[in-house]
Amino acid sequence: MTTRSDRGLRRKIFSHSMVVLSGLAIVAVMLPLFWIIYECVVLGGSHLTLNYFTQGTPPPCSPISCEAGGGLTMIQGSFIVVALATLYAVPIGIAAAIFAVEYGGGGALGALSRALSMAADVLSGVPSIVIGVFVYVLILYYDHGIVFSVTSGSLALGAIMLPIVMRTTEEALRTVPHSVREAALALGMTRWKISLRIVLISALPGVLTGILLAIARAVGEAAPLLLLDNTTLPRFLGFNYPAQSLSLGIYLWADSPYKNLQNLAWETALVLLIFVLVLSLTSRLALNRLSRKWKA
Amino acid sequence: MEGLNTMLGESPVKMDVQSLNAFYGESRAIQDINLAIPEKQVTAIIGPSGCGKSTLIRCLNRLHETGFKARVEGSVFLDGEDLYQIDATLVRRRVGMVFQKPNPFATMSIYNNVSAPLRFNGHPSRQECDDAVLRALKQAALWDEVKDRVDDPATSLSGGQQQRLCIARALAANPEVLLMDEPCSALDPIATAKIEELIGQLKQEYTVVIVTHNMQQAARVSDRTAFLYLGKLIEYGPTEDLFERPKEHLTESYITGRFG
Repeated sequence: MTTRSDRGLRRKIFSHSMVVLSGLAIVAVMLPLFWIIYECVVLGGSHLTLNYFTQGTPPPCSPISCEAGGGLTMIQGSFIVVALATLYAVPIGIAAAIFAVEYGGGGALGALSRALSMAADVLSGVPSIVIGVFVYVLILYYDHGIVFSVTSGSLALGAIMLPIVMRTTEEALRTVPHSVREAALALGMTRWKISLRIVLISALPGVLTGILLAIARAVGEAAPLLLLDNTTLPRFLGFNYPAQSLSLGIYLWADSPYKNLQNLAWETALVLLIFVLVLSLTSRLALNRLSRKWKA
Repeated sequence: MEGLNTMLGESPVKMDVQSLNAFYGESRAIQDINLAIPEKQVTAIIGPSGCGKSTLIRCLNRLHETGFKARVEGSVFLDGEDLYQIDATLVRRRVGMVFQKPNPFATMSIYNNVSAPLRFNGHPSRQECDDAVLRALKQAALWDEVKDRVDDPATSLSGGQQQRLCIARALAANPEVLLMDEPCSALDPIATAKIEELIGQLKQEYTVVIVTHNMQQAARVSDRTAFLYLGKLIEYGPTEDLFERPKEHLTESYITGRFG
């Protein structure tokens, strides 16, 4: 037979062990993150100087010379390939989101808009390497001379960014109150003007967040670039040639037997990490600022 | 156009509603409404919650049909022209509307809110915008309160001011008819009094239709009153007659507070 104090004791033990388990779960979640940041800061930070942003990829160490070099070539390549991808993904993603939210409703258009949202969900679940292979074949069919190029790499990154831009824009558009649309309708505005100049503008903080998150995702993406935009060429030669990139740089140099290139890989890892962190923090800050200003 | 009303007593008819039915999916919200709205007067629509007042007024600028699975049967004539035969956006430029809750465009300044109908529906010059904003804000009795801060965000105004801003925005479009769907229901008594006073001035230039659940308000501001119950028009006549000598038993029960 259990007494009252027995039950109390058991309850306390159970409660405390649950607290400990929850604490362990927190550690399990936080530890990898901070460990990664720690390693990158220690191994990358010890070599990182401003030269990283002004100098290109160094030649491998030789008995005669061993330059530290920098990541400018990779930064340039990443910037161009992601900018191109943004150029396709943002307008298409926003247009698709406007269609899905503003032109949904009943009937055939509604069915089409729901299908569109579902397609975006599926696309965001497709492994990036599969997108890479798809673009590979597509470009091969179109012009085999530019299969390995910034152009084809940007197409793959664009396809990865598209569903992120579309779904976040959709969510942002849905948060715009219906009363705003009605106010505009009652003034005799046409539907597309309401969508673009009233609803989209009201949803802008959310839309910008989505774009920044998509950029953060694309700049860290390595798999499709491995297939399409992979090179050690020390200079950017044009859109029809491959270029170096931050993400792929880490992969290439970390595997190198030369000390200076290994260091470059760690520095690049740190720079990429900081860039992505800053990007997601800014997007959040911007979102809070703007939405607070407009809600007031 | 057989049976179209052109005169209502002494006044010309501005809008003539003829056998109007409005649906949400399968359910019919208003049934066979016939209503002649006189020019440059205030017509109030009263009735208990859910009787179809808002649905009716939203049929007058073709806003009802923008709702999910909503549709309309019947006709609404504006100066003898069937609204349901012309482009809906053009209808809404002639028939303005003010909603229950103030709904200024939160991302825009006071000035840009009021000039929005001009800027979005055409290519006005800066001078035309200035003129329209000045006129509309004066008509909406808001000019004196905001003349020094027209570039401030619209959301910096109080609730009552925001509602008058919405009235100014509707007036800037230069409508012929102004629909008001319970324009004071979200406002305090002082702001309400201001809007009611404003309605009295507006009818000199515009035909006003106002939906209200507040019978005293209808009695104070309107020239004619329509009483709706369960989607049907029970009684319609000069406001004084309707409140003092109702013809229908239902009307009498409602205005004496026996239900609603």
